[in-house]
Amino acid sequence: MMEHYPAFIVIVPFLFAFVVSGVAWIKKELCFPLTLVGLGLSAWFSVCLLRQVATTGVLKYRMGGWETPWGIGYHVDYLNGLVVTVVTVLAFINLIATRKNVTEETPEKEGAFYSLYLLFIVGLTGILLTGDLFNLYVLLEVASLTSYALIGMGSGRAPMSSLNYLFVGTVGGCFYLLGVGYLYIMTGSLNMADVATLLPKLYNSNAIVMAFIFCMVGASIKMAFFPLHMWLPNAYGFAPTAAGSLIAPLMTKVMVYVLIRLILTVFSVDFAFVVMKMGDPMVWMSSLAIVAGAVFALSQKNLKRMFCYIIVSEIGYMMGGAWLGNNAGMTGAILHILNDAIMTLCLFLCAGSIYYRTHGLELDRLKGLFLKMPVTMACFVASALSIIGVPPTCGFFSKWYLISGGLQAGQYGFVAALLFSSLVNVVLFFRVIEISYYGDFETHHGHGSSPAVVMESPASMLVPLLIVSIGLVVVGLYTCSIVNHLIAPILMQHGF
Amino acid sequence: MSDLIVAVLGKYNYWLCIVLMMIGLYAMIAKKNLIKKLVGMNIFQTSIILFYVSIGCKKGATIPILEHRADHSVLVDAAHYINPLPHVLMLTAIVVSVSTFGVALALAIKIYRKHKTLEEDEILMQLRSE
Repeated sequence: MMEHYPAFIVIVPFLFAFVVSGVAWIKKELCFPLTLVGLGLSAWFSVCLLRQVATTGVLKYRMGGWETPWGIGYHVDYLNGLVVTVVTVLAFINLIATRKNVTEETPEKEGAFYSLYLLFIVGLTGILLTGDLFNLYVLLEVASLTSYALIGMGSGRAPMSSLNYLFVGTVGGCFYLLGVGYLYIMTGSLNMADVATLLPKLYNSNAIVMAFIFCMVGASIKMAFFPLHMWLPNAYGFAPTAAGSLIAPLMTKVMVYVLIRLILTVFSVDFAFVVMKMGDPMVWMSSLAIVAGAVFALSQKNLKRMFCYIIVSEIGYMMGGAWLGNNAGMTGAILHILNDAIMTLCLFLCAGSIYYRTHGLELDRLKGLFLKMPVTMACFVASALSIIGVPPTCGFFSKWYLISGGLQAGQYGFVAALLFSSLVNVVLFFRVIEISYYGDFETHHGHGSSPAVVMESPASMLVPLLIVSIGLVVVGLYTCSIVNHLIAPILMQHGF
Repeated sequence: MSDLIVAVLGKYNYWLCIVLMMIGLYAMIAKKNLIKKLVGMNIFQTSIILFYVSIGCKKGATIPILEHRADHSVLVDAAHYINPLPHVLMLTAIVVSVSTFGVALALAIKIYRKHKTLEEDEILMQLRSE
C-alpha cells in the first residue's frame, strides 16, 4: 500500500473527477463533498509521501511495473515531495474557502467546475511526480487545458482572455515538445535520469543546445516570465474567483519547478552554467521582470490585476534565484516556490472574500473595508507584509536568501531589483491599506452593494483564510528546518 | 550553394516541418479571425507531430511486427524495423491537440454568443467601448 502512494496522489483525484461529473447529473449537492474527499485523500497521500521521503530518501515508483528507461517512472525526491505537498494542501484549503464563490459565480455548473478542479490537480501533481519527459508534456497539457476551461467559465472578458492564454500556452507547450524531440533524437531516451547519464558526451552538440533553449522558452512561456507574461494578467484577472485563486498560486510555481528540475536533473548544472553560460543573461532578464512587474502593478486600478502583476514580479524572483548559480540563490528560489504559493493564495483568498461582499475590486471601492470586514483585511495585511518581506513572515526569509545569493554572485543589479520591488510593494499595499482604513464607506448604486449588505464574510471563508495567514508566519518560523532538512539535501545531491 | 541544396534535400523532412510551423505561427499572429488563428495553431501542432513521425522512419525498413517471435534462432536486426516509439508518442500528442482544439472552439462559441462576431479587432472595439 505504502509504495503505491506516488500513483495514488495522481490517480485518486482523476477517478473522483469522473465520479463528480457523473454524480452532477443525479444530485448536485454531492459534488462538493466528493471533491473534498478526493482532494483530501490526495493531500493526505502527499503528506505521507513527504514524510516517507524524509526518512528513506529518494523514492522510485515504476508505473505498471515496467522498468524505467522503457516504462514511465515516478521519481520522488525532496524537491517534488515538498512542492506536491504544498500544491495539494493549498488546493484543498482553496476548495473549502471558495465554495460560496463557486455557487454564486457559476450556478448550475458546480459538477463541471469541480471535475475540472480535480483534473487540474491531476495535471499538476503528475507534472511534479513524473520522471519522464514526454509524460511531463502530456500532464502539462492536462493542467493547461483544464485551466483554460476553468478561466473560460468566468463572465465578461473571461472567454476572450482564456482564448488568448490558450494560443500562447499551446505555443509554449509545443516548444517544450520540440525540445523533448531533439533530446530524444540525440539520446534515444525519455527518462529524465537516463537522459542525464547520456547527455555529458553530447554537450557540444548544437541539437542539445537547441533542445535546452526550446525547453527553457516553453517553460518560460507557461510560467509568464517577462516579456512572455502578456497572457497572465487578463487570464487570471478575469477568471472566476475560485479558479483564479486555484490557478494563480499553483500553475506558475509548478512551471518554475519544471525549470529547476530541467536544470538540476536533466541538463545538469554544468551544462546550464558552464557550457551554455546562461547564468548572467537570465539573471538580468529576471531583474528586468522584477522591475517591470512592479511598475505595471503600480499602474493598476483593480486589486486582482495588481496581484497578477505582482505574480509576474515574483516569477522574476524565482527565475533570478535559480539562475544565480550558487547555493543561497537556489535555496531562495526553491523556498520562494513554497512561500510565494502560500502568499499568493492568501492574497487571492482575501480578494475572493472582498469580492463576495462588494462585487467589485476596483481600488476606490475598498473604502472603509477595515470597519466592515476586519478579519479579511487583517489577513490581507499579513499577506501584504509577507510579500513586502517583513520578518517573521515567510516572504522575508526567501528574499533574504535571494539577496545574499545575489551578493555572493556579484549580481548587484538583481539585488537592486529585489530591493526596488520591495519598496514598490510597500507603496502598493500601503495605498490599498490607506484607502480601506481611512476612506469613508461609499454606497455604490446599481451594483447591489449597499452598506448594510457589506459585512464580514461567512466563517467558511474566514477560517481557511486565517489558516493560510497563520501558515505564512509558521512557515517563516520553521524556515531553518525546511532549508536544512529538505532543500539542502537536494542541492548537495546536484553539486551546489 | 550546392552545399546548401544538399543540406536542404538531405533533411527535407525537417525543412517541411519548419515551413509548416512558420505557416501556423504566421496565421496565429497575423490573422484577425479567431477561427483562422485556431487553424493556424492546429497547423503549428501538426508540424511538430509530423516532425516526430518522420524521425521514426528508416529507409528500407518495415513495420515493427516480429513474425518469428517464438523462434529465438532468428536474429532480429533493429535496422530492419522502423522505430515505433515516436509514433506511439504522437498518438498522445494528437489527442492533446484535438482536445486543445475542442476547448478553443468551445471558447470561440462563448465569445461569439457574447459579441456576435469572431473578428478580433471588432471584439476589441466592443471591449474598449464597454
